[in-house]
Amino acid sequence: MRVGILIVSHSEDAARGIAQIATAMSGGNVEVVGVGGDGEGGLGVPVVKVLDALSLMLPKTEGIAVFPDLGSSILSVRGALEMLPPDEAAKVTIVDAPILEGAMLGAVEANCGAALEQVVESGKEARDLKKTEH
Amino acid sequence: MAFTLAAARVAIEKLNSLIEGKKEYLTDLDSAIGDADHGINMNRGFKKVMEKLQDKEHSDFAGLFRDVAMTLMSAVGGSAGPLYGTFFMKMGQNLADKKEATVEEFASAMQEGLNGIMTLGKAVLGDKTMLDAISPAIEALKSNPGDERAAWTSAADAAEEGMKATIPMLAKRGRSSYLGERSIGHQDPGATSSWYLISCFRDALTEHGGQ
Repeated sequence: MRVGILIVSHSEDAARGIAQIATAMSGGNVEVVGVGGDGEGGLGVPVVKVLDALSLMLPKTEGIAVFPDLGSSILSVRGALEMLPPDEAAKVTIVDAPILEGAMLGAVEANCGAALEQVVESGKEARDLKKTEH
Repeated sequence: MAFTLAAARVAIEKLNSLIEGKKEYLTDLDSAIGDADHGINMNRGFKKVMEKLQDKEHSDFAGLFRDVAMTLMSAVGGSAGPLYGTFFMKMGQNLADKKEATVEEFASAMQEGLNGIMTLGKAVLGDKTMLDAISPAIEALKSNPGDERAAWTSAADAAEEGMKATIPMLAKRGRSSYLGERSIGHQDPGATSSWYLISCFRDALTEHGGQ
C-alpha cells in the first residue's frame, strides 16, 4: 500500500480536476481522491463529505496527505479529523501547500513508495516551485 | 428551575425562524467582509435541522445536539458547518444523559463547545469572530448561577454587546482577514448569528423553560 492523496476544494469540479491531474502524474498507482462542493451545486465542502472520503481511503492507504484549497475547507478537514478515532486521525496530515502543485508533487512522491512524512515534505516544496523559468 | 430538553428544542426552532427572517441581513454583513454565503448557509443548514428533528424524540441533550451538529456538518459547506457543528457536538457530549441542566452545567457545556471551535479555527478573543459573542455570554451565565432567567437575559445582552464590539475590530481569521484594515467598521456575521443563537436560548427559557 502507498500513501493516499486527498484533495479538498470549495468546488467539486476543481477537486475532481486536480485529482485527475495528480492521478496522471502518479501513473494511476496512488489512491488520489478529490472532494468538494456542498452536494447541491454550491461552493464549500461539508465536514461529513471529507469524513466519508477519509474513511473509504484509510483501509487502502499507508496514511493520507490532505491538500485543502483554503479557509472553510481547512475547517472541514479539521472537523472530520475530530470525528475519526484518534489512531486513524493520526494517519492523516493536512499539508499547507498550493493545492494543485502540492497534490501533484505529493502524488509523485507517493508513487515512489515514500512514507507519509516524505510525501508531506514534497507537497510543501510545491510552494517554491518555479513555473516560468524553464 | 432548570433549562429543559424541551426548551432547548424550542430554542433550535426559534433559531431556525430567526435565521430565515435574517438571512438577507446576514448575507449583507458577509458580503461586506466575507464571501456572502453566511445567511444562505445558516438558513439551509437549520432548515435541514428542522427536517431532521421532525417527529423525533430525544432522550437527552446529547441526542438533540448531536442531530443538530451532524445535520450542519452534512449540509453546510461554508465555515458555519464545521464551526457550529463542532459547537453543538461538544456541548451535547458535555450534557449526556441529561434532560435538564442548571446554568452552571449549561455554561460549562457551552465552554466545551467554544473550546472545540477554538481548536478548529485557531481564533482567540478579539479576532472578530463568533467567539466574541459566545465567550462573553458564557461569562455572564457563570456570574449569575442562582437565577436562571437573569442569567440567560444577561447572557443574551453580553452576546449582543460582544457582537457590536466586533465592528471596530480588525479581522484576524477567515476570508475577512484578507481585507486587513478594510475589515474595520463592519460587524462580523458569525458573531451576529451567535448572538441570535444565545438570544433564542434566552427566549426559549423565558417562555418555555422552567417547570
